[in-house]
Amino acid sequence: MTETSSPPAGTVMFPRPKKRIRGRSIAILVFLTMAALFFCIPLYVLVTTSFKTMDQIREGAIFSLPEVWTFEAWRYAWDEACSGITCEGLKRGFVNSLEILFPSLIASIAISAVTGYALALWSVRWAGGFLFLLFLCAFVPFQIIMYPLIVITVNMGIYGSIWAVAFIHTVLAMPVLTLIFRNYYKDIPPDIIKAAVMDNGSFWRIFIEIILPMSGNILIVVLIMQITSIWNDYLIGVTFGGLGAQPMTVNLANMVTVTTGTVSYNVNMAAALQTAIPPLVIYFVLGKFFVEGIAAGAVKG
Amino acid sequence: MPRVSFEHIVKKFGEVMVLNSLNLAVDDGDFLVLLGPSGCGKTTLLNLLAGLSDVTSGRIMIGNRDVTELDPKDRRLAMVFQSYALYPTKTVRGNLRFGLSASKLPQEEIEKRIAWAADMLQIGPLMDRRPAQLSGGQRQRVAIGRALVKHADVLLFDEPLSNLDAKLRTEMRMEIKKLHEELNPTVVYVTHDQIEAMTMATRIAIMNGGKIEQFGTPDDVYERPANLFVAGFIGSPSMNLLPATVEPGGQARLADGSPLDMSAYAFGAVPPPGTALMAGLRPEHFALAGPAEAACRFTLKVRHIERTGSDVMLALAFGEATLTVRAAPADAGHLRTGDPVSVQFPKDRLNLFDAGSGRRI
Ligand SMILES: Nc1ncnc2c1ncn2[C@@H]1O[C@H](COP(=O)(O)OP(=O)(O)OP(=O)(O)O)[C@@H](O)[C@H]1O
Ligand SMILES: [Mg+2]
Repeated sequence: MTETSSPPAGTVMFPRPKKRIRGRSIAILVFLTMAALFFCIPLYVLVTTSFKTMDQIREGAIFSLPEVWTFEAWRYAWDEACSGITCEGLKRGFVNSLEILFPSLIASIAISAVTGYALALWSVRWAGGFLFLLFLCAFVPFQIIMYPLIVITVNMGIYGSIWAVAFIHTVLAMPVLTLIFRNYYKDIPPDIIKAAVMDNGSFWRIFIEIILPMSGNILIVVLIMQITSIWNDYLIGVTFGGLGAQPMTVNLANMVTVTTGTVSYNVNMAAALQTAIPPLVIYFVLGKFFVEGIAAGAVKG
Repeated sequence: MPRVSFEHIVKKFGEVMVLNSLNLAVDDGDFLVLLGPSGCGKTTLLNLLAGLSDVTSGRIMIGNRDVTELDPKDRRLAMVFQSYALYPTKTVRGNLRFGLSASKLPQEEIEKRIAWAADMLQIGPLMDRRPAQLSGGQRQRVAIGRALVKHADVLLFDEPLSNLDAKLRTEMRMEIKKLHEELNPTVVYVTHDQIEAMTMATRIAIMNGGKIEQFGTPDDVYERPANLFVAGFIGSPSMNLLPATVEPGGQARLADGSPLDMSAYAFGAVPPPGTALMAGLRPEHFALAGPAEAACRFTLKVRHIERTGSDVMLALAFGEATLTVRAAPADAGHLRTGDPVSVQFPKDRLNLFDAGSGRRI
């Protein structure tokens, strides 16, 4: 019997043991399923409720699918819902958030990339001390410096505008981003920089022509980090934004917490989803590069 | 015109003295090889010349320009690195072009030079590839091309071939040598490969511990090593160094009592009798059945035999020490471990050093 199934003479086979599901892996599977449900169930409720009518919601079956799918709650949350005394929906906050996002994104990444490049690849006087300072700054809790920052922005005359919020985002992100860029650039082979210094020698030409094209991975990582944290921020927005320049998160919070009469669950959930969607889109678009970027950063060379 | 000279160069890293008052001058068109054991300061010296690090004190001249304080890009140098150091996101053409980016040349001159280098190094078909898409040898060629397009006064190489396999290394060696003969730039080339040094150099500087031990032509260094360090460092297998004592009448006696005839030796100054010497005998100069004019002859037991195909290396028992002798397979093919063998050393090939100072006598 074994003769017939044996491989041709001369080849040596090393049979692999069959993979078998054991108790340990079952335990892991159960745990993972529970974890998945833990996140999926609220999400399911959120999404379905946002498409229901208030009439159906009052019946109370929160797990049922909408009888009639309606975008009314989505439209209302975007266009008409009241937060505080204004009733313009979320669109105001959305625009504010975008207006805060772009300047702070560009400024924080540009400045910290150049600073990180200088610290990593050029001999900067007191670079060691400066790095240590950055390291300390990265761990200072925001609440501690909140009041001084308010005074600073008031004196700059930007308090209560989107520029104050963008400025604070930029400043607060800089220590960590500079450290990230510096550590990434430190691993660029020194000979490449030496060659570039002999070939051209210009700080900016080398940065733009040689270094920046090599930074694709880290730029994606930092981009995603920054978009997510700026978009999801509440505290800075509520502190520095004043009434006219509140980002979407503040807008949402006001809308959900301050309501008179019955709670419009469908509108609240639609609003929550609208606020959460932009970072999600970024994850889906850039997520693949994000993972690659983290992996590339982990391996030297 | 571009004579490169180092004058009283001192280089310290913090408290560590790496180069101590080093002097060295290379003539126009010379191919200088800096050769020495690991950590002796070769790369440091090259980086100082390139301007990639600053001298602690001293002066570097290229031609009649004092370049000590100049920026690297203003020194009119080009360098080829051991790791190639190509710009990974640029194509081969982009790499060559960036080499000229500081030169403010007209566009057509840039294109002309790139085409010239591509032609000379046969990298034409690779011009639109990225470095990652090239083999090691091709990358090395591109790195050399990037240095050549600059038409620099001086070309610097830091162990450019050490990442290549043996065959490619030999090829590239020939090619660099050929380039030097055609274009005749001044070259400073760092290596710790003796063969590279001996075949390519017109001048060799042997370095050890931040000092120049000897500076001369490859023949000088091989035939007339200036001191015991150079004698032991140059040559493979390395020179046999045997202690001896000077006796009257142009004679000396080796440690085992056998006489050493120094009558054909070109003494700088004849040492008085009783002086302790080191006699340097190159393995390849021994003869098994040799001339009557021998400086010394021994009959010794074979301790160990190593056959390389073209040669036979005999390790002979010279008391406790070992005497290495290179012989032709035809003469030594029959020998076995333990066999006695007679060897003699020609009078005119002797090297003698003062045992105390280590200097050549
Ligand atoms: N940045 C530095 N800081 C401190 N010491 C250094 C530094 N760079 C080099 N050295 C020391 O200077 C000495 C000479 O180094 P160098 O790199 O010039 O050696 P090398 O001759 O090129 O050696 P190799 O053949 O191994 O490349 C070494 O002892 C090294 O430890
Ligand atoms: Mg070196």
